[in-house]
Amino acid sequence: MDAILLQILNGLDKGSAYALIALGLTLIFGTLGVVNFAHGALFMIGAFCAVTLQRILNISTVTIDETKKDFLGRPLEVKTPVVESWFGPDLGGAIIDWSVPLAILLAIPVMLLIGFIMERGLIKHFYKRPHADQILVTFGLAIVLQEIIKAWYGANPIPTPAPDVFAGSLDIGALLGLDAVLAYPYWRLIYFAFSALIIGLVFAFLQFTTFGMVVRAGMADRETVGLLGIDIDRRFTIMFGIAAAVAGLAGVMYAPINSPNYHMGMDFLVLSFVVVVVGGMGSMPGAVLAGFLLGILESFASMNEIKYFLPGIDQIIIYLVAIAILLTRPRGLMGRKGVMED
Amino acid sequence: MSFSKLTRRGLIKTSAVAGAGLALPTYLRAQESGFTNAPTGSTVTLGFNVPQTGPYAEEGLDELRAQELAVQHLNGEGDGGMMNTFSSKALKGNGILGKKVTFVTGDTQTKSDAARASAQSMIQKDGAIMINGGSSSGVAVAVQDLCQSAGVIFMAGLTHANDTTGKDKKANGFRHFFNAYMSAAALAPVLKAEYGTDRTAYHLTADYNWGWTQQESIQAATEAMGWQTANNVLTPLATTDFSSYIAPVLNSGADVLVLNHYGGNMVNSLTNAIQFDLLSKEVNGKKMEIVVPLYSELMAAGAGENIKGVLGSMNWNWQLQDEGSKAFTKSFGEKYGRPPSNSAHTCYVQTLLYADAVERAGSFNPCAVVEALEGFEFDGMGNGPTLYRADDHQCFKDVLVVRGTENPTTEYDTLEIVEQTPVEQVTYPPDHPLFAGGDLGECNPGA
Repeated sequence: MDAILLQILNGLDKGSAYALIALGLTLIFGTLGVVNFAHGALFMIGAFCAVTLQRILNISTVTIDETKKDFLGRPLEVKTPVVESWFGPDLGGAIIDWSVPLAILLAIPVMLLIGFIMERGLIKHFYKRPHADQILVTFGLAIVLQEIIKAWYGANPIPTPAPDVFAGSLDIGALLGLDAVLAYPYWRLIYFAFSALIIGLVFAFLQFTTFGMVVRAGMADRETVGLLGIDIDRRFTIMFGIAAAVAGLAGVMYAPINSPNYHMGMDFLVLSFVVVVVGGMGSMPGAVLAGFLLGILESFASMNEIKYFLPGIDQIIIYLVAIAILLTRPRGLMGRKGVMED
Repeated sequence: MSFSKLTRRGLIKTSAVAGAGLALPTYLRAQESGFTNAPTGSTVTLGFNVPQTGPYAEEGLDELRAQELAVQHLNGEGDGGMMNTFSSKALKGNGILGKKVTFVTGDTQTKSDAARASAQSMIQKDGAIMINGGSSSGVAVAVQDLCQSAGVIFMAGLTHANDTTGKDKKANGFRHFFNAYMSAAALAPVLKAEYGTDRTAYHLTADYNWGWTQQESIQAATEAMGWQTANNVLTPLATTDFSSYIAPVLNSGADVLVLNHYGGNMVNSLTNAIQFDLLSKEVNGKKMEIVVPLYSELMAAGAGENIKGVLGSMNWNWQLQDEGSKAFTKSFGEKYGRPPSNSAHTCYVQTLLYADAVERAGSFNPCAVVEALEGFEFDGMGNGPTLYRADDHQCFKDVLVVRGTENPTTEYDTLEIVEQTPVEQVTYPPDHPLFAGGDLGECNPGA
């Protein structure tokens, strides 16, 4: 029972990342009809926003400590973060410690800007081109972004810890009155809650604001909305920026879970596309549902008890489920008729 | 313009002519002096085949830095580094056998097929007489096999699987780096001293050749001292989030988690294990421990604070205080502003060892080089006295046991040396079951 609970939690956690990335992908596909293979790169850039803020906050003044030696036997250069000089070691240290949550403030404008530039500078030229062209150009863009990050930050993973207060894990087993150890890391619980919040905000924005209503109308019938004198293109550009921001925020909060590296976007991209297809191309609830569903299935498939009977199942479970769902329901779980069928 | 006249037969003919053309320089050079790529001018070309892209790119770039430094020292530039401390005095700083050393580089991408292709290109097109480098046992085995067929020497870089000098050993291939068996043999006594003999280990193992041999070796060594093995779970190489694999450890009854992972896999699995607070847990009245059998400085940097207190093993570390290690760290540090990694060290040392063997043999002929390296004993290159064993071309030297530094003073102070395990404790007979099978075969000069 406890093992199953733990795998459900793991699945929800993995599903959170899949769902957030797939949600952004679906937003872009649903509004602009573009298959964006650079979306994983946006997730990676989000994670590197956290790395960047961590580095900015660690900009230091250097003093020489004659009593200590560096690796070449020279007097040691001691670095003191400027933030600590300004605010004192306690407050300054706390600001540095909270660099990941604070990076959200940096990531939102950065990701919106990158989204706008991407859409206006490149994507808009491919609206009327075949999906294969869109995939090629956005995949190329993903590789370019990946190589820029590698050139700038190096190929090694960069540790980007969560605030100290969130180190360690919560004993959920004790909370539920179970005997077995059922500890789950605080930050992963926060990641799940954060994902739920972002998903809720995006749905609320589309459902309850005039802007969202117009966007939804535009998704259903772009030409008619245009004939009403509404600049639907501008709204769709903003939606692209929002999708980029969602991917970026997913990346920022993911940074403490696995140290950011330049290929992390590619690691998630293929899985996220499977999630989108299983959920139904263009369906945002489908993307979220499929994200969590496949995350949980993947988690269960990696259990020793399952692998004992089906070795290697953890590596193919997502694709098996995708095949099964697409064979029985070609539109995906919640896909609309007609999407991707022309 | 039309290509309609290009027939299938024509295409085959054209390909055959082009292939022959590409291979011709190699063939001619082989015929001239009886071996592949015999240098005829005033220079000799070495091939440095390292991952420049992909997950081990940082490791590969550090290897490349060290190889460039070695070439400088061979050509009499810079401060000479370990050439000043090397027990053999055959190298004069005037290149190799009076020929200036040049080099070409290839990108293995940490993929066997890409590594073979880049090595082949360096041998056939650039005339490389020796291939040095790599960061993966799969790559090492593939390139070693190619070099054996092509008739050039292969000096394996970072390869830790037993098979490289076990069942896949080749006469033209040499390994300076230690292996999984040696890691386990060095770690076991330290684990016994630190954690006792009444322990139960849970292994997470990267599901490929290196992971399997690493796990096999450490399990054998720990069980021999009384530990039990609760489980060994194979994890796909492409895994980025290990939480599903780590969560079951807590209820398995194991009190030690052994991470048979390397590179990004190890960084992620260790980070995930720390997130699950494993190190603060108690099982069977004993504090839970994590062991990482194979460490590197770059992995330690990637894992950050999570590595504190975690034991592992290394081939070499820049903090060693012997004259050779100090000389190399100084040369490398002054040139690149950072201490060298242990993979950089092994590639640097191998470049000098190859050059030294050529000097002592008085010939670039790979068979003469093999003869000069087999059974060669040397010192002054870090790790103390070292033997290149003739039976399997494996180097035998002291192995380091290290621990993640608790209170680092600099960004490079990530690992502290716990023990320098004497070579006698890590030496094994050539026919040891973990290295059984395979055959060195005969040296191939390529002619």
